Amino acid sequence: MTVVLSQLFTGISIGAVLLLIALGLSLTFGQMNVINMAHGELIMFGAYTVYVLQKVISGAGISLLVALPVAFVIAGLMGVLIEVLLIRRLYARPLDTLLVTWGVSLILQQAARDVFGAPNVQTRAPELLTGSIHLTDDLVVSSSRLFILVLALTAVGALSVVLKVSPLGRRIRAVVQNRDLASVSGLATGRVDRLTFFIGSGLAGIAGVALTLVGPIGPTMGTNIIVNAFLVVVVGGIGQLKGTVIVAFALGVVQSMVEYTTTVSVASVIVFLVIVAFLQWRPQGLFTLRTRSLA
Amino acid sequence: MAAFATLTACGAKTSDSTSSSAAGATIDTSGSSVKVGLLNSLSGTMAISEVTVRDSLKLAIDEINAAGGVLGKQIEPVSEDGASDWPTFAEKSQKLISQDHVAAVFGCWTSASRKAVKPVFEKNKSLLFYPVQYEGLEQSPYIFYTGATTNQQIVPGLDYLKAQGKTSLYLVGSDYVFPRTANKIIKAYATANGMKVLGEDYAPLGSTEFSTIVNKVKASGASAVFNTLNGDSNVAFFKEYKSAGLTAAAMPVVSVSIAEEEVKSIGTQYLAGQLTAWNYYQTTPGAANEKFVKAYKAKYGADKPTSDPMEAAYTSVYLWKAMVEKAGSFDVEKVKAAAAAGGITYDAPEGKVTVDGPTQHIFKTARIGKIGTDGLITEVWNSGEPIKPDPYLKGYPWAAGLS
Repeated sequence: MTVVLSQLFTGISIGAVLLLIALGLSLTFGQMNVINMAHGELIMFGAYTVYVLQKVISGAGISLLVALPVAFVIAGLMGVLIEVLLIRRLYARPLDTLLVTWGVSLILQQAARDVFGAPNVQTRAPELLTGSIHLTDDLVVSSSRLFILVLALTAVGALSVVLKVSPLGRRIRAVVQNRDLASVSGLATGRVDRLTFFIGSGLAGIAGVALTLVGPIGPTMGTNIIVNAFLVVVVGGIGQLKGTVIVAFALGVVQSMVEYTTTVSVASVIVFLVIVAFLQWRPQGLFTLRTRSLA
Repeated sequence: MAAFATLTACGAKTSDSTSSSAAGATIDTSGSSVKVGLLNSLSGTMAISEVTVRDSLKLAIDEINAAGGVLGKQIEPVSEDGASDWPTFAEKSQKLISQDHVAAVFGCWTSASRKAVKPVFEKNKSLLFYPVQYEGLEQSPYIFYTGATTNQQIVPGLDYLKAQGKTSLYLVGSDYVFPRTANKIIKAYATANGMKVLGEDYAPLGSTEFSTIVNKVKASGASAVFNTLNGDSNVAFFKEYKSAGLTAAAMPVVSVSIAEEEVKSIGTQYLAGQLTAWNYYQTTPGAANEKFVKAYKAKYGADKPTSDPMEAAYTSVYLWKAMVEKAGSFDVEKVKAAAAAGGITYDAPEGKVTVDGPTQHIFKTARIGKIGTDGLITEVWNSGEPIKPDPYLKGYPWAAGLS
């Protein structure tokens, strides 16, 4: 029983990591149809932000807290820069965004290598987050994983509030559902696009901060996780926040449960098979967007 | 003295430039210097480890040059980047042999890169010095192995655990040739020595998700973990290990590919108290090591640690020098013959090492170390004397049928 519970928590925590890295993507890819291959590098920006801040601020806990907003803004501005310089010209050609942002991601990786060196680096985790919490004698929950879970849920909550309640959210949804109609209705779609990109990329920065608690920080850390993030968004249903949330946790739990009884590689294969089978059944993903556009 | 050096240089020129073997490996000894190749990954995922080896090779070459060179010739290193890509390693080794006419090549790290270049060196009858511990079960007439083979690292590691009363093991490794072969050997050892292997898990190279594996390790209740994870995966593994409440006191982890450089980047807060099995640590006592550490830090920075593969690389250059001097020639076949005749030794930082003629491996002292809070590793046990290399584990009855 303890094993099942602790694996369940492991699955949820894997899901929380998946959710954090997929959240920003569900905005830029899901809502805007931009295949941003540089999303992983924006996550890397967030992670290196913690690293740089720790050189200035010695307290690991304070630097982590400061890093959250700073990484959000830095990654967000970087995203806006990519949007303004490149993606803006390609909204009519979604597949070309893949090629262009792939190039951007290679440039950013090399830039990171030049600035921080090829070897991966480490940050110090706050003492509070290196330990674990004993729920029962046997059931131990890692504090850093718990922190990531809370962070992911907070980010989802904040994002859904913005999308549902705020005027900006209404504009984003209007542009997503029918860009032309929104435009002739007097919405500055260009400005909305930029803000959407800012938020989506900023969330990647937050994910990067969280990932420093799990593993190493390096120039190629983005490429390793970007595929999983796309999977979550596609299976969740493009443009669907709740789909992203449900699928992230579901995949995490399936992965951890299968992994416990088999091996890491077998579990990855089974997760992929589940995804393929699911997309045969529902190619549009778990949830679909009802849109007034003709496409 | 200078005049004498010039004289011997001239002598070497006339005797050597004509003695190159017909089969391809021509060594250019016509000038006042002789070229050697340094083949390491200076970019890509292995750069973190291999750049330190390259630096260490350069240190040895500089020292030898400052002391008058080899057979009166200065050593001129030609450095090539293997780029963590095995076909590139093969390509670059061919280039070093046929274009630069090097006398020997020093380098390679992963078993995959070594397997890729092996046929190139054998075809050209040229020499490779390989400085990293590996999984054994290999021997090539054109490779000198200066890192440990399994009976000089893994087997002593297991002996140590057994002596500590650890009766059950959990094996965690990266999913490629070295950990899988090593674990086969560990399982055979365990069966023969009354130890139990309670589980075995592999993570893809570069994987950073270890929560399930750590849960399995914890649930198994094993008395120790044998870790053959490579590179960055160790960072995620040890973070998870600590988070799960597992400690070095209750369930120690013995690692065979974490050295000082990696300890620094993983973080001592996760590693303090854990064990490693190697042949050399920065803290290994002795005048030769003090000199090596001092020279390395003076050249590359006071915060740069020295590690086992670096030491094996440094030593390999001196061993080559000793062989060449004994042979009185740079000719590959003569150098090999000098090594085969025996008696090639060197007072290495790890202690006295001797080349074993028949296997072209070297006698090495095994050392178990404990990682300290300062990031350095201190020895808790050593084999007392250098262990004879046994790449095919012929001397161990339980290993019959492994190769």
